[in-house]
Amino acid sequence: MTDRPDLAIVGAGPAGLAAATEAATRGLSVTLLDERAAPGGIVYHAVTRSPLGGSAVLDADYCRGAGLVEAFRSSGATYCPGASVWAVDRDGSIGVTVDGQARWLRPRRVLLATGCMERSLPFPGWTLPGVMTAGAGQILLKDSGAIPDGPVVLAGTGPLLLLVAVQYLRAGARIAAVADLTPPGAWQRGLPQLAGALGCLPLLRKGLSMMAELRRSDVRRIPGVTGLRAIGTDRLEAVEVRQGARAERIPAGVLLVHAGVVPNIVLTRMLRLPHRWDPRQRCWRPDADAFGATALDAVAVAGDGARILGAEAAIHAGRLAALDAAHRLGVLDRAERDRHAAPEQAAIERHAGLRSLLDAMYPPPDALTFLDADTTICRCEDITAADIRAAIADGCRDPNQVKAVTRCAMGPCQGRQCGQTLARIVADATGQTEEDVMPPRARPPLRRLTIGDLAALETE
Amino acid sequence: MTQDVIIIGGGLHGSSTAYQLAARGRRPLVIERNHVARHASGASAGGVRRLRRHRAELPLAMESLALWRRLPELLGDDCGFSPCGHLLLAETEADLAWTVERAATTRSLGYDFEEPIDRAEVKRLVPAVSDAVIGGIIARDDGFGNPLLTTAAFRRRAESLGARYLERTEVLGIERDAAGWTVATTAGRFAAPSLVNCAGGWGERIAAMLGETMPVRMKAATMTVTARVPRFLGPVIGHVRKKLSLKQMQNGTVVIGGGYEGRADMEAGESDVLYAGLPGNMKPVVDAFPHLARVPIVRNWTGLEGNTPDAIPYIGPSPNDPTLVHSFGYSGHGFQLGPICGVIVADLVMHGATPLPIGAFQPDRFATAGTLQWGAKEGTAVEEQKAV
Ligand SMILES: Cc1cc2nc3c(=O)[nH]c(=O)nc-3n(C[C@H](O)[C@H](O)[C@H](O)COP(=O)(O)OP(=O)(O)OC[C@H]3O[C@@H](n4cnc5c(N)ncnc54)[C@H](O)[C@@H]3O)c2cc1C
Ligand SMILES: Cc1cc2nc3c(=O)[nH]c(=O)nc-3n(C[C@H](O)[C@H](O)[C@H](O)COP(=O)(O)OP(=O)(O)OC[C@H]3O[C@@H](n4cnc5c(N)ncnc54)[C@H](O)[C@@H]3O)c2cc1C
Repeated sequence: MTDRPDLAIVGAGPAGLAAATEAATRGLSVTLLDERAAPGGIVYHAVTRSPLGGSAVLDADYCRGAGLVEAFRSSGATYCPGASVWAVDRDGSIGVTVDGQARWLRPRRVLLATGCMERSLPFPGWTLPGVMTAGAGQILLKDSGAIPDGPVVLAGTGPLLLLVAVQYLRAGARIAAVADLTPPGAWQRGLPQLAGALGCLPLLRKGLSMMAELRRSDVRRIPGVTGLRAIGTDRLEAVEVRQGARAERIPAGVLLVHAGVVPNIVLTRMLRLPHRWDPRQRCWRPDADAFGATALDAVAVAGDGARILGAEAAIHAGRLAALDAAHRLGVLDRAERDRHAAPEQAAIERHAGLRSLLDAMYPPPDALTFLDADTTICRCEDITAADIRAAIADGCRDPNQVKAVTRCAMGPCQGRQCGQTLARIVADATGQTEEDVMPPRARPPLRRLTIGDLAALETE
Repeated sequence: MTQDVIIIGGGLHGSSTAYQLAARGRRPLVIERNHVARHASGASAGGVRRLRRHRAELPLAMESLALWRRLPELLGDDCGFSPCGHLLLAETEADLAWTVERAATTRSLGYDFEEPIDRAEVKRLVPAVSDAVIGGIIARDDGFGNPLLTTAAFRRRAESLGARYLERTEVLGIERDAAGWTVATTAGRFAAPSLVNCAGGWGERIAAMLGETMPVRMKAATMTVTARVPRFLGPVIGHVRKKLSLKQMQNGTVVIGGGYEGRADMEAGESDVLYAGLPGNMKPVVDAFPHLARVPIVRNWTGLEGNTPDAIPYIGPSPNDPTLVHSFGYSGHGFQLGPICGVIVADLVMHGATPLPIGAFQPDRFATAGTLQWGAKEGTAVEEQKAV
C-alpha cells in the first residue's frame, strides 16, 4: 500500500467499490480502505462468502454485489480490508489502522463512501438484551444463517423492515407480529410520486412482491402502531404494542426495530463540512454537488453517506465521484468527464424518483413520539431523556452544552447512536425546530487507537 | 434592571469578574457569542499550577491558589479542585541543575513552594515512573480543577448575586460618549458606564474596535483523554525539558496535554486536531510511563486560546480611558489565574487600582511602533517560563 495514492476511498460498499473501479480504470492509483474483512459494504455484506449466498433467502440483488466485487478486483485498485479509519483531516490525509499498525496516509484526494446507518429510535426498554435493529438482525442472518428460536416481533417502518421480515420468513423464523409504525394512508401519500418512481420498475416490483409475499403468509400485521415498549427483567420477554388507546402484549424472544436509515455523517461532521437538514428524510447530510464535491478541495462524498438513495444509486454516485477525481487530477478533461457522467446522473435521477415515493409512503417517525421521560437516550453513559431535559431546564441551550454537562454523547460511540435524539429533545425543549439544532460533533479518534500507536505513528 | 458594567466574553475570566463585581453590589452584564465556557475555559486541561510560572505571574498565582482553596465557601462548589501537587521530571544532570537553579530563583523572589526532589522521592510519589527519571521539582500544593464546573460555578454564583448573562450574542461594535459605552450586538444595543474586555483569543478584535493595539495569536492546544486505567498517578506530571503534561482523573482516565498545536480557525471559532504533530506528544508519555502504551485514546480535542507576544496576559485599564479594562491573552495558563483576576479587574473597574503588581501586563506594551516582537518563546509556555 502506498502512503500517497492519487485517491483514497473510505468504504468498500457499492459506492466505494464502483468509485475505485472507475478511478483505477482511468489510470489513477487508488487505495480502498474498509474496516470489514471483505468487500461489499452493508448491503452486499459477506457477499462472497455467506452460507446463504445464492439461495432463495437472500435475493438476486444481493448476489449481484458479487459482480461489482469482481470488476473491482480486476481494476488494479489496492484493497485494504481490516482498515479502520480513525481520522480524516481537512487536507485529505487519513489516519488508519491496518493489521494493528497505525498509519498516516497523504492521498491527493479522499472520497468518503461510508454509507448509512439505521436511525436510532429509543423507546422504553429498547436497551434490553433481545432488542436489536432490523439491520443487526439481518447481519446475523447473512453472516451465519442463524435464526432465533423464540418468537420474533418486527417493529418499525420502511422498505428495509419489509425486506428483513421477508428474509426471516424465508429462513423459517417464527414471526409473532410485524408492528407497523407507518402512519395510515401510505398509498394515498405515495400516489402523487408514483409516476416519478416508474424509472425504477424492477425495484418497485421487488417491493410489491415482498409485500404480497408477507400478505400471503399468515404473519400478523399490526397497522398504525403509535407506541412501543420492550418488557422483561434480564432480557426481552414481551413487546407491548399500542394503537392509540389500545395496548397489547405479545410474547417475544427477539424484537427487531427499524425506522429507516440516515447518512453516516461522523467523518463529514468531524471535517466541519457544511450540512443541510433534509426534512423529508428527517436527517442531516453533507452539502455536496452532483459529483459529490464538498466545500473542501480534497474531500468528496458518495453513496448513502452523502444522500440516502439506496445501493444501486450508490454505484452511480461512486462512479461520478471517480470521474470528478480523474478530472481534478488532470487525467480527464471536463467535457469527457461530463460525457461519461450523463448516464450516471440520469440513473441517479431515476433512483431519486423512487426515493420520493418511499419517503412519502414511509415518513420517518419523530423520535419524541416513542420515548418517555425514563427512556435511556445515551447508552454509553446511561443518560435518560429526563436527564437531558433537566440540563436544559438548568440553562443549556445546545447539544454541545448538554453533552458537556451530562456526558450524553461523550461515551465510546461518540454520539453516533444518540446524537440525533439529543438534538431532537433540545429542539423540543427550547422551542426550536429540528433544522435549528445539529447533533454534537464526534471527536477523533473514531476507532481504537492507543497511546503507543500514536507515539509510533510515522507521519512523513 | 440595567447594567453598570458590560463584560465581553463569558469564559472563566469574564465569569470570575462578573462574580466579583456582583458580590460587591455591581450589576454586570456578560455578553457571550456562543455559550459560557465554549472556548478556552471549557477546553482547558484545568491545571492549577504555580510551578515554573512566569515571575510576573507568581504574586497573582499565589493569591489565586488561596482563592481556589476557598471556592466551596465563596461559590458553594469545590469546582473539582484537587491539590494533588505538580511534579516536573528530570532525566539528566542538566535537568537536575535546572531544578536547583529554578527553586533558588523562586526563593529569591520570596516564594518557597518549589522543591527539588531526588530519585527516591519521585519514586515514592510515583512508583510507576520510568527508571530514566533521576529527580524532579515539585509544588506540593498545586493541583487541578474541573474547567466546566469552575466556570459554571462562577457564573451561577454571579447570577444569584444579580449579574446577567446574554449568551448566543455577539458584540459587533462599540461606541463611547459622555455617558459611557454603548455596545452593539446581534441582540441589540446595551449601554453601561464601564466596559471589560474578557474576549480571550478575540480580545485583540475587541481592542481594535476601541482603537487599541493588543496583538494576540490564536492557537489551538491539543488534549488527549484515555480509557480508564487503575490508579497509578497522584500528582500532575510535567517535564523539565520536554513538552509533557499528564494527570489521572478521579474516574481513572488519563488526561494528556503539552501544548501541541492543532489547527486554529479563528473565523469559524473552531479548531481541529492535527495528528501529524501528535507522535511527539505521546513519546514523552510512553517514555515516562511505558505501561500507558497499550491504553486506548478515547478522545482528542483542541481549544482556542489567545497568545500574546510575550506569553503573559493583558491585564489593566486602557491607557486612554480608565472605564475600560482589558483582561485576556492568557497564553495557555490562565485557568489557575481565573479566581484572582476577577478580583483584580473588579478592583480596577470600581477603584481604578489594585494592590497586586500588574505592571508587566500593561495593555499598551506593544502599542508603540517598534515594540512588537513575537518572542521565539511566544506561546510555548514551557520554554518561556523556564527562562524565568
Ligand atoms: C443495517 C443496514 C442494512 C441494510 N440492508 C439493505 C438491504 O438488505 N438491501 C438494500 O438494498 N439496502 C440495504 N441497506 C441500505 C444499503 O446499505 C445502502 O443503500 C448501501 O449500502 C449504500 O452503499 P454505500 O456504498 O453508500 O455504503 P455502505 O454499503 O454502507 O458501505 C460503507 C462502508 O464504509 C465502511 N466504513 C464506514 N466507516 C468506516 C471507517 N471509519 N473506517 C473504515 N471503514 C468504514 C463500512 O465498513 C462499510 O463497508 C441497509 C442499510 C443498513 C444500515
Ligand atoms: C487545551 C487547553 C488547555 C489548557 N490548560 C491549562 C492549564 O492546565 N492550566 C491553566 O492555568 N490554563 C490552561 N489553559 C488556559 C486557560 O484555559 C485559559 O487561559 C482560560 O480559560 C482563558 O479564559 P478566558 O475567559 O480569557 O477565555 P475564553 O474561555 O476563551 O473566553 C473568551 C470568550 O469570549 C467570547 N467572545 C469573543 N469575542 C466575542 C464577541 N465579539 N462577542 C461576544 N463574545 C465574544 C468567546 O466566545 C469566548 O467564550 C488551557 C487552554 C487550552 C485551550
